[in-house]
Amino acid sequence: MDLSVTSREESGRTVVEVSGEIDVYTAPTLRERLNELVGAGHHHLVVDMEGVEFLDSTGLGVLVGGLKRVRSHDGSLHLVCQREKILKVFRITGLTKVFPIHDTVAEAIAASAAADEANATS
Amino acid sequence: MPTVDLRFTPLPEHVRTARLVAVSVARRAGFGEDQLDEIRIAIGEACARAVSATEAAAGRAGLVDMRLSDDEDRLDVTVLRCDEDGAPLAETPPTATTEDPLSLALMTGAAGSSAPVTAPGGVRLIWVREAATAGADQQV
Repeated sequence: MDLSVTSREESGRTVVEVSGEIDVYTAPTLRERLNELVGAGHHHLVVDMEGVEFLDSTGLGVLVGGLKRVRSHDGSLHLVCQREKILKVFRITGLTKVFPIHDTVAEAIAASAAADEANATS
Repeated sequence: MPTVDLRFTPLPEHVRTARLVAVSVARRAGFGEDQLDEIRIAIGEACARAVSATEAAAGRAGLVDMRLSDDEDRLDVTVLRCDEDGAPLAETPPTATTEDPLSLALMTGAAGSSAPVTAPGGVRLIWVREAATAGADQQV
């Protein structure tokens, strides 16, 4: 299955919906889209991975790269994923400690906004 | 021993084909969904690493050779980096993919029954079939 990447604005966050397989062949497409969004000033991303069928280390590298880019702009990157086979990839590599992973887009948006408010008041 | 041997030009788009073949062979051999997930992940990494290393060493003339054998309750997979004649390349230069700690962590972490064995020209991965659980049966 090919990779599909779409984005929309929701409650001040940019929700990036990804579906298909993120692997050594398709990951560059995701990297380009994330770079474009960050370059266009979208620094608070919620990446919805509920439609992702497969994720390899190249795809993980793209997500880590995206996280670094948004952080350099004081932004954030939250993930939405409940699929066990995708979560397994984050667990094996220890990246569950690096990415906030949520069950739903609504939860991710709320967590992202709450973290932003905490930063603003601290 | 029933064997499937797939040789392909070192191009990233063929890694998906290799994953599909490997999972198909493993499913036929009776592996459950949990182990199929591991096989998909580890073989995806092994083949991506082989594609990168083979391309760096031999260019597009090189070949990646994935051999799968299923015997009783074992799936034995070897992924080799080969030259254009199909001979294993004992030494290949390091690449961004082969040096990526995430790739190594995933291949090692998803390799089920024993740690991946690195050998000149490639890597060998072995899975021993576990009894399928009720949950895995329902997903087939």
